[in-house]
Amino acid sequence: MEFLEVQGIYKSFGNVSVLRGIDFTLSKGEVLSIIGSSGSGKTTLLRCINLLEKADNGTISVNGEVIIDAKEEDSYTDKQIRNKRLRMGLVFQQFNLFPQYNVIDNLTLAPKLRIKENKSLTKEARLEAVNAINKEAEELLASVGLSDKAKSYPCEISGGQQQRVAIARALMLKPDILCFDEPTSALDPELTGEVLRVIKELKSGDRTMIIVTHEMEFARNVSDKVIFMADGVIEEMGTPEEVFDNPKSEKLKAFLQKSDEKF
Amino acid sequence: MFWQVTLKFLEGFGATCSVFAFTLIFALPLGLIISFGTMSGFKPLKAVMKTIVWIVRGVPLMLQLFIVYYGPSLLFKIPIGDKFVATIIAFSINYACYFSEIFRAGIEAIPRGQIEAGQVLGMTRFQIFTRVTLMQVVKRIVPPMGNEIITLVKDTALANTIVVAEIIYHAKTISNTIAEIWPLFYTAVFYLIFVGVLTLLFGWLEKKLSYYKV
Repeated sequence: MEFLEVQGIYKSFGNVSVLRGIDFTLSKGEVLSIIGSSGSGKTTLLRCINLLEKADNGTISVNGEVIIDAKEEDSYTDKQIRNKRLRMGLVFQQFNLFPQYNVIDNLTLAPKLRIKENKSLTKEARLEAVNAINKEAEELLASVGLSDKAKSYPCEISGGQQQRVAIARALMLKPDILCFDEPTSALDPELTGEVLRVIKELKSGDRTMIIVTHEMEFARNVSDKVIFMADGVIEEMGTPEEVFDNPKSEKLKAFLQKSDEKF
Repeated sequence: MFWQVTLKFLEGFGATCSVFAFTLIFALPLGLIISFGTMSGFKPLKAVMKTIVWIVRGVPLMLQLFIVYYGPSLLFKIPIGDKFVATIIAFSINYACYFSEIFRAGIEAIPRGQIEAGQVLGMTRFQIFTRVTLMQVVKRIVPPMGNEIITLVKDTALANTIVVAEIIYHAKTISNTIAEIWPLFYTAVFYLIFVGVLTLLFGWLEKKLSYYKV
């Protein structure tokens, strides 16, 4: 039994089938990169895993427990969906920090709301939990190198810094699997490095991650496993060496050649 | 004479201010509720709400004032009695419909990603609305709301048509009594001061909210 098991994911929007049977597994602490051209279904797959889209078919299990069963997805209550979502973290391409909160409040908002909701806590326990969250937020912020920006607002910091805050914010909820949706695509080239470095540090921290990316060098560097998607299916899957150095399918060969040509 | 008129106007200005204040108190939350209706995914509700907004925005406010004031007694023989209450009801409904469109524009302008960020962080829909969306909506709608609220200041003058003793009503009465027109023009000073204060207030609010960008 693998830590993450994704089986038979299908998804279509109207007549367009975007995902046509996606199967893969991932062990705890492994990093998976998903590459492929635009429209191949990478982002949709990530959104299905995070329950932002409802898959038409398929199951996703974490640690042997079925998190998503497409057949039953309609019957999930809001509360169930929320709890399932917390198993996964997602870092967006556009960061999506909350502009009206400063950096530290962006980190603590959601966890503090969860404490507030938990009516069974005594006043002391609540206070203690809030303190723990504040402390944790400070530590996470330090780990992405932004302690000095705790009181800044998102509009006052650079895109790279915003994305690092977004990563720390996602980590606050202690997800089993952290997903990245093209985390550097919205950044100026000179800012991608700082974000990629943070992601790389997370890998050494033994985090299970799925990264949708266009940064081929980075994918090769950081991944234990690489998936190449094309037209809604997994065209090729393997170690970075297998995928990047010995591509088998014509589509992957063409794709890699094109990404090289960029320069 | 001038001071007597001024005193009378101050009295009328009090009524103007209460029509203004009560309308805002009721129309703002009602407008938010109507905007939820017009954005509803439930088609019949959406259609009904859109129709209501169309009718209320399509009929002159003065006519609506008459309908609220005279309608109940003509239709059901239950007189509404209080002119002031009738004014507040008519104004609140009318302004709520205008506000609802401003709210709708503000809410629909929030990037989908903001809501999704709340979702993946496990927040409830209510939490996402109150903690994430609402403040961003407020920032976006300050200028159009300022416009609408300033219009309201001057629309309160319509209440004189059902004999609510606001400032225009007093001005007309005095003008008729002394057979001179200047008191009517003099009311403009009161409106200008009121709107001037509101303009400063909205300017201050905009500045206060300028610490973040949406």
